[in-house]
Amino acid sequence: MSSAVASRQLREVGLDEVRAISRGAAVLGTGGGGDPHIGALMAAAAVRAHGPVALTPLAELPDDAVVLPVAMMGAPTVMVEKIPSADQVGRAVDVLTRHLGLRVTHVACIEAGGVNSLVPVAAAAELGLPLVDGDGMGRAFPELQQVLLTLTGVRATPMAVVDEKGNCAVLDTVDNRWAERLARSVTIDMGCSAMISNYAMDGAAARRGLVPGTISLAASLGALLEPGAAGDDPAGAVAEHLGGRVLATAKVVDVERRTTTGFARGTAVLEGSGEHAGSTMTVDFQNENLVLRAGGRVLATAPDLICLLDTATGAAITTEQLRFGHRVSAVVAPCDPRWRTPEGLALAGPAAFGYPDDAVLLEGVPA
Amino acid sequence: MRIGIDVGGTNTDAVLLGDDDAVLAAVKSPTTSDVSSGITASLAALQGVRAFDPSGVRAVMIGTTHFINALVEANRLAPTAALRLGLPATAALPPMVDWPQRLVTAVSGRAYLAHGGHEFDGRTISALDPDELRRHAADMAAHGVRSVAITSVFSPVNTEFELRAAEVLAQELPDVAISLSHQIGRIGLLERENATIVNAALRELASDIVGGLFAAVAGAGIDAPIYLSQNDGTLMDVEHARRYPVSTFASGPTNSMRGAAVLSGVTTCAVVDVGGTTSDVGVLTRGFPREATTEVSVAGIRTNFRMPDVLSIGIGGGSLVRGGGSSVTVGPDSVGYRLTERALVFGGDTVTATDIAVAAGRADIGDASLVAHLDPSVVKAALARIAADVADAVDRMRTSSQPLPVVAVGGGSVLLPDHLAGSGEVLRPENFAVANAIGAAIAQVGGEVDRVFTIEPGRRGDVLEAARAEAVERAVANGAVPSSVEVLEIDEVPLPYLPGGATRIRVKAVGDLSLAPGAASDRREPAAVGTRG
Repeated sequence: MSSAVASRQLREVGLDEVRAISRGAAVLGTGGGGDPHIGALMAAAAVRAHGPVALTPLAELPDDAVVLPVAMMGAPTVMVEKIPSADQVGRAVDVLTRHLGLRVTHVACIEAGGVNSLVPVAAAAELGLPLVDGDGMGRAFPELQQVLLTLTGVRATPMAVVDEKGNCAVLDTVDNRWAERLARSVTIDMGCSAMISNYAMDGAAARRGLVPGTISLAASLGALLEPGAAGDDPAGAVAEHLGGRVLATAKVVDVERRTTTGFARGTAVLEGSGEHAGSTMTVDFQNENLVLRAGGRVLATAPDLICLLDTATGAAITTEQLRFGHRVSAVVAPCDPRWRTPEGLALAGPAAFGYPDDAVLLEGVPA
Repeated sequence: MRIGIDVGGTNTDAVLLGDDDAVLAAVKSPTTSDVSSGITASLAALQGVRAFDPSGVRAVMIGTTHFINALVEANRLAPTAALRLGLPATAALPPMVDWPQRLVTAVSGRAYLAHGGHEFDGRTISALDPDELRRHAADMAAHGVRSVAITSVFSPVNTEFELRAAEVLAQELPDVAISLSHQIGRIGLLERENATIVNAALRELASDIVGGLFAAVAGAGIDAPIYLSQNDGTLMDVEHARRYPVSTFASGPTNSMRGAAVLSGVTTCAVVDVGGTTSDVGVLTRGFPREATTEVSVAGIRTNFRMPDVLSIGIGGGSLVRGGGSSVTVGPDSVGYRLTERALVFGGDTVTATDIAVAAGRADIGDASLVAHLDPSVVKAALARIAADVADAVDRMRTSSQPLPVVAVGGGSVLLPDHLAGSGEVLRPENFAVANAIGAAIAQVGGEVDRVFTIEPGRRGDVLEAARAEAVERAVANGAVPSSVEVLEIDEVPLPYLPGGATRIRVKAVGDLSLAPGAASDRREPAAVGTRG
């Protein structure tokens, strides 16, 4: 994360950190990424059973480290019903390790937003391995290929997909988009909630392709949002911590939802309040918040982070929770500079989600 | 005639309603720790206010906070086992993993995992293993378990395994009460399981209390069916109440809202119930409270059964008033039940919202001369603060930009202005003091469907129609007059990240309770219980 404000570097993840990460990851989820609650319970259970997880700063990874990210793939709605089995979280990493014939040294996060910020904590605890303090996006995106690792040439395959019954698939695909497509089919057959491990890389590749410090960042954001900690302007505090800006304080006056190709798409209409009184804004979302507009003008787009926070508490509001009457603050924060390259914008800019708009990114971010 | 009784934490309210729902008599008495003597006293008090022929009473509706209080106080809970079907899935988080230890101890909670469960689309995760269940049953018996909560993965989609496991357990443990999660909660395994365990732990107490209610009503010579009011404002018969005590948990605020609707004649509105410490704002749509869509914590346990969506703000008759000029604050701290010693109008030393109301001439409580010295600008600013905060709370509860009428009830409602910004006139019905009991007496019953449906292209209309028909059928099975049943709510949520048209559909139907002699819910021969109340 290119945040101007350095987060305190965490060295381990214990029970307190799990709670804080869960709160912060909901902000980095930019409306999507799934409710971190189940991930937090799983991580807490694993930490209780095996002890705190050591956190390795990206900069300290040796070049020859073997780093395997792990994540949950599928529908968060399914995950809250069919909770994974105890060994499932670690098994995706085991399967891939065996397939590669390598000895894994570190577990990593694919995304820092939502439930997948904490699934790797549970996996690392189960496997007794350290977790890398970083992730593949610095936020949450819906599709598997939408990681910086795709830009830095790390392949999504071979890829392990495991279910709770002991089934596993190892995919070898021609590119990262095919990995997304085939893994999703397998996941659906497995009951729509599977554990995956992919993007195997060495330490040098991890340093090139991961966003540094995002676990620490989620934890410090979460600490900022502990009740009473952020004072009377929690959204402002979040914006400052992320090096971003509060672009609007508003009330949600309408939410329109529709579904196409499996994604919950929609638009929320915001009526400005306070210094933004009189203006009307809209947020287009597809699980995550993607385009923020005011009066026909685009104010911000993905891959920058568009977070809708409860104005009073600073708590992140998911696109599923949005409803009339919510008092929200729209915080826009800069994405990792690598997302701002032409290749990055092609992968995760408005066009990648089918919007005709050009990317509009927060100014003043060092490239 | 019918009788409505609301047994609150402090007061028990009772009303006698005529066949046209007119209030014939209303009484308020202190709640007793023994439910049946409290009901007996209320019925006698009603007779005292207006003599009536007990044989002319066609139904008695009771709302009670006893069960939720028993949970909060961890009092008289049965030794309970949680049996979860879903192995090898779900083992990462066993039953009661997120419970406060105090409550696990209070229910002597034991957790069992077994094979079973379904996928989101109804396929099985693994086959049910009766031998495995028998082994668990033997262990439960050895540990003195008296009530069991069974939860199977995706049982709202497919109820089969919960029903079959219940049969196996009933054979092994014939004296043990069994609660099934698909009859209690929604999708969300841990929350549904938690609600089911809580229900199971309350089963013995529910049986005692229901027996007591029955005896008290019979003792007053009333030979009419008894119903209990549920969280969603519909009624259940006593047999259902024995089996589903959690369904009464939020009946207090619900009864108050529904009573407000009847008293004001407005059925789609926001209700502001102003008490001593808080103002609770809820929304009624066609007479029924809107339900919370998120999880609700009860005594520190996350659950997902049906609860009304209520927003509480810290403004009530006992709220502390501080500061002067434009910086006046009201609440959120309150003198609470000590209002009659602390408020200025009662000779106390603390400026409360009640003092402001008296100083402004809105209420005649205590000694008005004791607040005559209050600065008029402070009084005005405090009232403006209250009006702004309540208006804001009402606004947050609205679901559309359409204006919503506001009905004010509760002793503290004198604090509210006659007009609220954004909402217009504030309606203040008569008899607001017994709104709870009137809410309990409004006889309607409901039926609900909440499942994930697969909607193939072009079939959406058929699927919705099938779901509606099923909800209506369930309402009728629960005792509704078929011709009166209407669909109250349809909620359709496509499941994200899932292709194939998987859609969660909730339909709720309600109808008037059949009060005809020999109707399905006659109390002496309880009918089969509907799958949902």
